[in-house]
Amino acid sequence: MSTERERDGEYESGRTGSFGDYGGQYVPEALMPALQELEDAYERYVLENEDGFLDEFRERMRDFGGRPTPLQRADRLSERYDREIYLKREDLLHGGAHKLNNALGQVLLAKYMGKERIIAETGAGQHGTATAMAAAHLDMPCEIYMGRTDVNRQRPNVYRMRMNGAEVNPVEAGSATLKEAINETMRDWATTVERTHYVIGSVVGPHPFPQMVRDFQAVIGEEIRDQIQEQAGRLPDSVVACAGGGSNTMGTFHAFVPDEAVDLYAVEAGGSSLEIDEDAGLAPNSATLSTGTDGVLHGAMTKLLQGGDGQIVESHSVSAGLDYAGVGPELSHLVETGRVTPTNVDDDAALNGFHRLSRLEGIIPALESSHALGYLEEEHDELGDLVVVNVSGRGDKDLETVLEETEKRELEAAPDVEVFDQ
Amino acid sequence: MTDEARSENDAAYDSDVEAAIRENHPALVTYITAGDPSLEDTKAYVEALDRGGSDLIELGLPFSEPIAEGQTIQAAINRALAAGTTPDGFFELVEDLETEAPLLVMTYYNMILQYGSEADVRPFVERAAEAGLSGIIVPDLPAEESDPLREACDDNGLDLVFIIAPTTEGERLDSIMSQVSGFAYVQARLGTTGARANVSGATHDSLARLSEYDVPKAVGFGVSKGEHATEIVEAGADGVIVGSALIDIISSSETPGDAVDALEAKAAELKRGARRGADSLTVDPEERPEPEQP
Repeated sequence: MSTERERDGEYESGRTGSFGDYGGQYVPEALMPALQELEDAYERYVLENEDGFLDEFRERMRDFGGRPTPLQRADRLSERYDREIYLKREDLLHGGAHKLNNALGQVLLAKYMGKERIIAETGAGQHGTATAMAAAHLDMPCEIYMGRTDVNRQRPNVYRMRMNGAEVNPVEAGSATLKEAINETMRDWATTVERTHYVIGSVVGPHPFPQMVRDFQAVIGEEIRDQIQEQAGRLPDSVVACAGGGSNTMGTFHAFVPDEAVDLYAVEAGGSSLEIDEDAGLAPNSATLSTGTDGVLHGAMTKLLQGGDGQIVESHSVSAGLDYAGVGPELSHLVETGRVTPTNVDDDAALNGFHRLSRLEGIIPALESSHALGYLEEEHDELGDLVVVNVSGRGDKDLETVLEETEKRELEAAPDVEVFDQ
Repeated sequence: MTDEARSENDAAYDSDVEAAIRENHPALVTYITAGDPSLEDTKAYVEALDRGGSDLIELGLPFSEPIAEGQTIQAAINRALAAGTTPDGFFELVEDLETEAPLLVMTYYNMILQYGSEADVRPFVERAAEAGLSGIIVPDLPAEESDPLREACDDNGLDLVFIIAPTTEGERLDSIMSQVSGFAYVQARLGTTGARANVSGATHDSLARLSEYDVPKAVGFGVSKGEHATEIVEAGADGVIVGSALIDIISSSETPGDAVDALEAKAAELKRGARRGADSLTVDPEERPEPEQP
């Protein structure tokens, strides 16, 4: 948790929470008072620890969440790439992904604010799961919106949400993935805003969400910073994290932004191609930082996958958690100013990354994190002698997708998947 | 509006949008989505709404992520996008239209930013003015973020209409009401657009809260019948805004010709309803006529 606002740098200015040219509050008028109320609560409880909010949050993150998570030296990867590779094990956080850092923070904040109901959107289901767990833990009623496509490809997480007592509302519109789920959650919020808190799942949306979610996630990079100095005796040469909306990315990078000697790589989903088919309204990738253009979506000015007229295109990734046409405004700013290097790998490289880590290290990573591991394989020579990769979540939820997608392709790192059909 | 245009326009009011509301009090504001199901049909529909008694007409320029809309308008937007509706096609439609009612464009901020060149509002506003539009409504642009668009609108003689929600209160309300041009779009209830069976109690509260501001107020979100219009005008509105109920007519009509007739009749019903509301404010309650059956 960062309480040192001066470390946030010069780019945060004004009450609308702008990061350079990005950020802001582009929402229906009915939501503006709620954003103001949230901003006040964020400043009082999160930044100033009023009523001991931060103390309670840290205690719950430790006892319920399992923080700190380990920073593990990956011996076989280190050998394979002939350099020191460390893995930040956010997959070991309760729920199996970094998402709990933010979900527990926001649900606790909603409780401090006196809200009666929690809503959230989810793509891969990790954020929905974390929110459902946090809501059950803190005894708050909870509804989750999830695109129908994602409901179908992420069933284990749907079950987990329901086990924790959350309602799961499938969204049928458009490509029925994360973008549509966010639209629907915003509509619910615009109807019930007086008693409901919307737990946005990434560093996206209107101010104060991008800043607040980053602060809840910043613990990842703060722990890495301390752990790597203790274990390796110095800061890393580079830090690698996958980027969809950008919450694990910003959480991992935030503590390193002032350390100019540490290179920061945001790895996006290159999908099957980086081209956009504007006539069909489709991008066969989710590489917003690498290929997107500036615009306004879901409450913020940021980089987007869009056609020339301004219509948002449908994104694609083999990983539901990266499948989003937008990205956090702070990350857009850090890319624009050159502090963060945007990169991407395709679906095949991510699947190979998944199998490689599973085989070599005994860790089954989320398909999201597998993109970062795919980049490590392709570009380790560029990353220096001491590299940290954030394993943002575990891959149990992705097993069905991985088996199906692996069967379609000839992947060098894959096991023989036919055995699963016997 | 430019000074030259103003003098030509005989204006007791600063804008033709404000004039359309005040001079036709109680005013009927209608909305449909351009391109649903085609721009050609939209032309006929808009002209029908104009003949039926609309005093202002809002035309939706479809955006793929309409977060402020309910299912009815979202479906209309999807149909319009599937039909290939583009901003240039929209502006050409506006140039083709001949209506007595001034026209406003209702669209989302990204559509305005992306027109012409990247992330600049001016090309859109200049093209809107050239095409003959009188104002702009942007459901995802709160007053706090609106300076660039308002300046461009001022320079091009367009009104920028702001939405007042049931949650808008205190200093924000003062600030927004001081920036409103044309009229204040009063959101009758929390939530998204969509026809409802009843007028919300929030409408009465909102209009009471706004009564001290000398700005024309038109109420939308959920209005679908003549009797709603009556009730809303009785509660103090200067106009009523109807959208989803008109889209329902378009999507359920068997032929475009049927839709044209039904839209004209619906506009007339709504306008009569609004007039009854105004009349009843000046008539002894005992002598009020029975409401017309829908």
